Amino acid sequence: MIKFLDEYRDPELAQRLVEKIRNRAIRSLRLMEFCGGHTVAIMKYGLRRLLFPPVELLSGPGCPVCVTANVDIDKAIALAQKPEIILTTFGDMLKVPGSYSSLQKTRAEGGDIRIVYSAQDALEIAQGNPDKKVVFLGIGFETTAPTIAASILEAKSREIKNYYVLSLHKLCPPVIKALLDSGETRLDGIILPGHVSAIIGSYPYEFIPCDYGIGGVVAGFEPLDLLLAVEMLIAQIENQKPTIEIAYRRGVKTEGNKRAREIMEMVFDITEANWRGLGRVQASGLTLKREYQDFDAEASFVLEAAPAKEPEGCVCGEILRGIKTPLNCKLFGKQCTPEQPVGPCMVSSEGSCAAYYLYGGSNNGR
Amino acid sequence: MCLAVPSQVKSIEGPYAEVEIGGVSRNVSIILTPDVKVGDYILVHTGYAIGVVDEDEAQATIKLFNELSG
Ligand code: SF4
Repeated sequence: MIKFLDEYRDPELAQRLVEKIRNRAIRSLRLMEFCGGHTVAIMKYGLRRLLFPPVELLSGPGCPVCVTANVDIDKAIALAQKPEIILTTFGDMLKVPGSYSSLQKTRAEGGDIRIVYSAQDALEIAQGNPDKKVVFLGIGFETTAPTIAASILEAKSREIKNYYVLSLHKLCPPVIKALLDSGETRLDGIILPGHVSAIIGSYPYEFIPCDYGIGGVVAGFEPLDLLLAVEMLIAQIENQKPTIEIAYRRGVKTEGNKRAREIMEMVFDITEANWRGLGRVQASGLTLKREYQDFDAEASFVLEAAPAKEPEGCVCGEILRGIKTPLNCKLFGKQCTPEQPVGPCMVSSEGSCAAYYLYGGSNNGR
Repeated sequence: MCLAVPSQVKSIEGPYAEVEIGGVSRNVSIILTPDVKVGDYILVHTGYAIGVVDEDEAQATIKLFNELSG
């Protein structure tokens, strides 16, 4: 038994909770799970199928690999093509098709691209290769950004001068707002990301009930955690009291992790960011502060790339906005599979297309 | 990508904690969770602890599951 995991996977309890939710939902409800990690758990444990109807679960834009715009993937590829550069990245990015190539192809063509588990590993590679410039491909949300910020502070204090970050970090609350503003998807509630919230806490979501009249519940990643969040959202809907709650109190405090936020704020300024499917969203990204410009890959290298283009037929962008599911894509499971991905939603282990493909394909969707 | 695994701290040395993840011993940075103690469970994300598991809350949630499904 693994502590803090297995207790939250009890199948009998889960079955009882599912029945309770199904009997209770007063009308058909559409809830969005923002986070890609939630999408995976929901598909893996068949929760989407178990709850529908009356509860429909829609995936949102919470997969950092998936929301990285092609223009930014092209930039990373352009960096990796430079002979003086070692590009370090989390493994998920390798196979993502950019406009014309991928990091994997670039590596096969001789680019020095190394998969790392942590920004710390990238820092060690920089220290071990003083004649090279080591760029870390900084993707991720508020969960990951503080770790990258910490690596930059460490590079500064250890005087590692050949370490750079290409900061493509993105922030969750502003994109939730953009999604709700677009009005494209009618939602009755949002299952809020667990580990993003471990950092930012639950206050930054207060605008959701205030401005849009729907509730949000922060959820953990085990099946019972997710069912609890759904149950809490339904209770809010029944009582007509939309609010922000936490169903994952063992991991998330209302105030979040202050130290992590301080470190993030020391290194990064908030800026506009470019999201796949959503375009440019104000104040939804992070860029290195002036004091840390020497570590900023964008400021340190000239990057020329041809205009970005999207993979033909791929509806990943619409899936990320919750207006389509992978089953609405003609290429799903045919031309597009995890082995031969057309779009990023099939590459990332957290992408909706990959989760649908892996855990049941067409039967699981409905 | 925002995966974080609960892992128990075996020892602490400076800004690092030793934990066991999947049977393998690893050193993770605790720079983001300076108050962590030996014996605590930390949430490990890409080599960094991003939070400490609150054991009382963990129990309270399990109680809640039982109440709700009862
Ligand atoms: S199945 Fe492939 S092509 Fe279709 S939306 Fe998903 S990633 Fe894009």
